[in-house]
Amino acid sequence: MQLEYGYICLFSVLVMASRKKTENKLPKSPTGITGLDEITGGGFPTGRPTLICGAAGAGKTLFSIEFIVRGALEYNEPGVILTFEENTEDLEKNVASLGFDLKKLQKDKLINIDYVRIERSEIEETGEYDLDGLFIRLGYAIDSIGAKRVMLDTIENLFSGLQNQGILRAELRRLFSWLKDKGVTAVITGEKGDGSLTRHGLEEYISDCVIMLDHRVVNQISTRRLRVIKYRGSLHGTNEYPFLIDEDGISVLPVTSLQLNNEVSSQRVPSGVPGLDQMLGGKGFFRGSSILVSGTAGTGKTSIAATFADAACKRKERCLFFAFEESPQQIIRNMKSIGLNLQQHVDNGLLQFHASRPTLHGLEMHLVSIHKKIKQLKPKVVILDPITNLVTIGQMSDVKSILIRLIDFLQTEQITVLFTALNLNGVSSEQTDEGVSSLVDAWISVRDLESNGERNRGLYIMKSRGMKHSNQVREFIITGNGLNLVDVFVGAEGSLLTGSAREAEQLNEVTGQELRTHALSRKDREIDRKRKVLEAQITSLREEFDSVQDELNKTYMEEELRKKIMEKNRKTLSQKRSNDKNS
Amino acid sequence: MTKIAKPEIPAKAKTSLPKTKPASDRWELRLYIAGNTPKSNAAIINLKKYCEEHLKGKYSIEVIDLLQQPQLAAGDQIFAIPTLVRKVPVPIRKIIGDLSNETKVLVGLDLKALK
Repeated sequence: MQLEYGYICLFSVLVMASRKKTENKLPKSPTGITGLDEITGGGFPTGRPTLICGAAGAGKTLFSIEFIVRGALEYNEPGVILTFEENTEDLEKNVASLGFDLKKLQKDKLINIDYVRIERSEIEETGEYDLDGLFIRLGYAIDSIGAKRVMLDTIENLFSGLQNQGILRAELRRLFSWLKDKGVTAVITGEKGDGSLTRHGLEEYISDCVIMLDHRVVNQISTRRLRVIKYRGSLHGTNEYPFLIDEDGISVLPVTSLQLNNEVSSQRVPSGVPGLDQMLGGKGFFRGSSILVSGTAGTGKTSIAATFADAACKRKERCLFFAFEESPQQIIRNMKSIGLNLQQHVDNGLLQFHASRPTLHGLEMHLVSIHKKIKQLKPKVVILDPITNLVTIGQMSDVKSILIRLIDFLQTEQITVLFTALNLNGVSSEQTDEGVSSLVDAWISVRDLESNGERNRGLYIMKSRGMKHSNQVREFIITGNGLNLVDVFVGAEGSLLTGSAREAEQLNEVTGQELRTHALSRKDREIDRKRKVLEAQITSLREEFDSVQDELNKTYMEEELRKKIMEKNRKTLSQKRSNDKNS
Repeated sequence: MTKIAKPEIPAKAKTSLPKTKPASDRWELRLYIAGNTPKSNAAIINLKKYCEEHLKGKYSIEVIDLLQQPQLAAGDQIFAIPTLVRKVPVPIRKIIGDLSNETKVLVGLDLKALK
């Protein structure tokens, strides 16, 4: 007793340690099914039965088996499978496709499978009985491997095998409370009935947790969905969540995170097109932002996307390319023509293509598979080309909600995503853009500029949140060496010139330049000449001035000379006169 | 708990058997119970009574208590208690319940015609 108490204490300490804030909350057993533990907040209620109901083919059995197998493999909780429908061998074969090796698990004493065969024709009922036989078998199976999990698939078979419904119902009630007493986490499958969750009303007995699986076909495309109808004592996601069954088992997609509190990065990622980076404040997009490239057919959307992918790979970042239109080989070949060697990135594992036809499965499934691939590769850049093809399999509103979820998911993972969208020359195109444009952080529009009998591409940025960006339409050219943007070229009438018109105008300008230079030099020479003439005139005037000056000087000198001579004469004269007087 | 009746060779009875009677004239019956419950006891008593009445001298009854041997439950596909299994003659037949309704038991065991 003491020892047992000790174990319980130890166990609860462990449980508390593993789940942070749940001391007082319901203990839960993780299912190990991707996504489901998020929806249920940790898994199925420990030590209580959970009902999984759904129509035939909804995936109930696989779902429960995955719970058991994952429990055995990942959480060290051995499990018992009590099957009423398929025998052990069939079951082993059926789940082998999911990669579960039931034979080995049985050998390792991690799983115990007991097939309960009820053959109506072999059985006669008379008088009172109970289902102790089943209890004993189950109890024996549980005890033989120390099971913590139990799966009953489908216990409703008892209803077709036994006539006495009164006894059966009482016994089922007893079975579920017995399972609770045993402390095993049980999963019970039940076939969907008309107007009720299960055909035989199992939900009356199992009320702790009820999960409904659904398999719906809309527009000839089927989607599996899951909904937690009820989960006593716990919060849970209430939406319908799509889920996927593939070679790795089941993945459930939590539809949206409820808050908008993603971390944001101010780091920038170049687009791979230098001119485009220039338009985006010189640095490119924000990391983790969503970018929409829209345009009419043949405007180079895929080329922009591939260039962006190429740039990412050159930065040694992993990139995931979802192609809904072309095959990877086709894209690689086509991009060679613009000088992009995507094959090398594929070879060194940086670039992965995932091409699928949109009609392969429903929108939800696309999202689930995109999710899965992203979780596997953990890329920095994701490209979807084009999203408009998804519209072929769903309504606009559905596509939008899918994209919201995808963008939401990518933002939390800090992954930059680039969508391309095809605009048709009609009304619906506007809607595509409007529908998606409010979600994306940057929107680049590429469109045809048709004039002078030719078609050129113009690129402009419709929006780019949180950065200064160019408001100009730039001509977008695709060359053998990649993409580039040509500077804005406005013609005489203020219209944008593109293509050969631009080239003509450029030539015009060159000619004009030449002519102007020529004219300029002629004028220069004339000035030179004039200057020379004037200079000559100046020289002659100066000469004239010199001669006048000389003339004036000459008269002045003569005067001076005369004055001197006259003075001398007078002196001489007066001397003479005085001599006469003295004598 | 096991009780095996002495086998006899009632030649006369055999000739009088109708065509529904299987070829073998040995009856191996197995009764699964779980502990000493009123239902189990009733089943044992009822079974013995019918056997003495209709199969005197050519039957054997094996009573298995699943509380003591739970591993035997899967072999005969037991889920209800008590269950009577007719091992021989084949095909295997099962009767669940305390065997209180004699007619049903005899029909279930394919013995009805003997009466």
